[in-house]
Amino acid sequence: MIRSLKPIIIKEFRQIRRDKRVLAILTLVPALLLLLNGYALNLDVQHIKMAVYDEEKSASSREFANSFVTSGYFDYVRMLSSSEEATALLDDAQIKCALIIPREFSHKLLSNEPVDVQVLVDGMDANSATTIVGYVRVVTLQYSQKIVQKTLAKIGRSNYIPIQFEARIWYNPELKSAKFLVPGLIGFILAITAVIATSLSIVKEKERNTIEQINVSPITPVQLIVGKMIPYALISLVAATLVLVAAYFLFDVAIKGSFFLLFCATLLFVLAALSMGLFVSTISDSQQVAFQLASLVSMLPTMILSGFMFPIRSMPVWLQVLSNITPAKFYLIILRSIILKGVGLAAFWPQVEYLLLFTTFMLSVSSRRFKKTIG
Amino acid sequence: MTDKAIEVENLTKRFGDFTAVDSVSFEVKRGEIFGFLGANGAGKSTTIRMLCGLLQSTGGTARVGGFDVNAEPDKVKATIGYMSQRFSLYEDLTVVENINFYGRVYGLSSTAIEARKKWVLEIANLNGRENSITGTLSGGWKQRLALGCAVLHEPRIVFLDEPTSGVDPVMRRKFWELINDLSSQGVTVLVTTHFLEEAEYCNDIILINAGKIIAGGSPKELKQNYIKTPILEVQCSKVIEAMSLIEKEPWALETSVFGIFLHVSVPDEQQGRSQIEAVLRSNGISWNKIERRTPSLEDVFLYLLDQEAKKAA
Repeated sequence: MIRSLKPIIIKEFRQIRRDKRVLAILTLVPALLLLLNGYALNLDVQHIKMAVYDEEKSASSREFANSFVTSGYFDYVRMLSSSEEATALLDDAQIKCALIIPREFSHKLLSNEPVDVQVLVDGMDANSATTIVGYVRVVTLQYSQKIVQKTLAKIGRSNYIPIQFEARIWYNPELKSAKFLVPGLIGFILAITAVIATSLSIVKEKERNTIEQINVSPITPVQLIVGKMIPYALISLVAATLVLVAAYFLFDVAIKGSFFLLFCATLLFVLAALSMGLFVSTISDSQQVAFQLASLVSMLPTMILSGFMFPIRSMPVWLQVLSNITPAKFYLIILRSIILKGVGLAAFWPQVEYLLLFTTFMLSVSSRRFKKTIG
Repeated sequence: MTDKAIEVENLTKRFGDFTAVDSVSFEVKRGEIFGFLGANGAGKSTTIRMLCGLLQSTGGTARVGGFDVNAEPDKVKATIGYMSQRFSLYEDLTVVENINFYGRVYGLSSTAIEARKKWVLEIANLNGRENSITGTLSGGWKQRLALGCAVLHEPRIVFLDEPTSGVDPVMRRKFWELINDLSSQGVTVLVTTHFLEEAEYCNDIILINAGKIIAGGSPKELKQNYIKTPILEVQCSKVIEAMSLIEKEPWALETSVFGIFLHVSVPDEQQGRSQIEAVLRSNGISWNKIERRTPSLEDVFLYLLDQEAKKAA
């Protein structure tokens, strides 16, 4: 078996080296995706542009407005002279939110009456809007708390806050989205390269008729497939390693868990992706069709349904069910567990089981189809 | 061991309702060049593919090198060499890389590969172009390299499916010299072609039409068996007009145009000659010469296909 695989593996590497298209898919695409996603795709909500319409212009209203800037999340754009101006700036997308402080702000505070402060938020991007509202709430609460404390002090009561909480964010303490995205990116890159490259390489044999000469030789279809998969699996693993190294240097993403587990999980996922590529190759007759089909079945589900960017939990139920078709979903859970949490096999065993099941199923279906279509 | 390299009995292949190969039987002796003739779509390639173990037959039996093609396809594959109609070496590998690949695939040792490599480069006339990318070679070279790779493992039986299609006449002749060499070394060669002049090089031929064998034998036998009446070759002006006149005559058995010549089958040579001359003279058509012609395989096959068409109608 090994003896007859060797010539195929050597041949495959030679062809990869000469095929510009496959080379590009295997090297440029991962590099580009990493840079694009790492830098451009930033889910962090910071530097929120904010304008203030202060109807009162008192010392305390100014202090309140300032507390937003000092929180570090908001960038103060300018002072407004009317609420219409706020609307205009929001329309032009010059600001993300506007703070409107009413005329009787300090007066009401002094007389211990509640004050209604209005915040207009650009809700075009629902995710950031939710985050902005959250920040506004925190800043306002902190400011209110200060006032309560002052009032209590005045009437001689001790500085007392009933419940204090201290949040410690685990796994990604700085809440950087790169740490969340990079593991997803590895899955995304592997899915694309492995599926597209394998399907192209098999369909090429059909398209150029070279499969015929192989079929009359003592090589069996299984040997051909395995011999083809090994080079692509190796290249995919190298690509994954490069992404991890780059992520470490560019985005500070370090691997907390076991390298060995990471390697095994990646190998398993690569096998799943290769078997998908094999399946694509059995239903397409030209490299063009294979390329489009492989892009479709690898890129789309991995991008949308895997939890790479969009949390699966917030999808409608039928989509949540559908998301199970993509092995990337399960691989991402494993990856994030190993890279960010550093947990062991027990934590993601169900996902491993699923990947095993998926790969076995895909491989058996497509190798049966493969034998039929080329025989 | 019999002296039969290939024995085929009632071999049949159906695709759905369509019968591509219909109960075909023939035998190929060891070391002979066996020609498989027929129009495109007649069932030649399908038959070859069944004999190579690439395609399961629907009925009948076939033994290649003593092995049943349906029961022992792996043993058949180890015995044969096959060159497909479409060029099927790796165009993005170099000449030497292709040779090395197929050598290893067939499990040859490194020393054996080196020896065979020398031989292939020799016969394909590719010395000095060992490291060219195969796709950049022209048709004739590719074809001979493909043959070299197909017989790298020194198979006893070689199947060549339309090996010379798309190759110029000079290269075609050289290619047939290679086939003759193989045959003289005791290799059985089964070759399909639609070039009838190539069929003359074969020891035995079968003609297949619509999945059925319609004639078989050596080229000489075929000519004797099927063309019993003399053929007169007429070189005249207005060949087409002359044919339309002569074919109306009851004594003209067959008429056909071969380039600038008109071929007419007649029951008797002398009588036919004067009858043709009479028709041409009375219609003012001048002629250079009228000669008896030894029938070619082309005459035989046109005759046979004509008979088939008449039968079908």
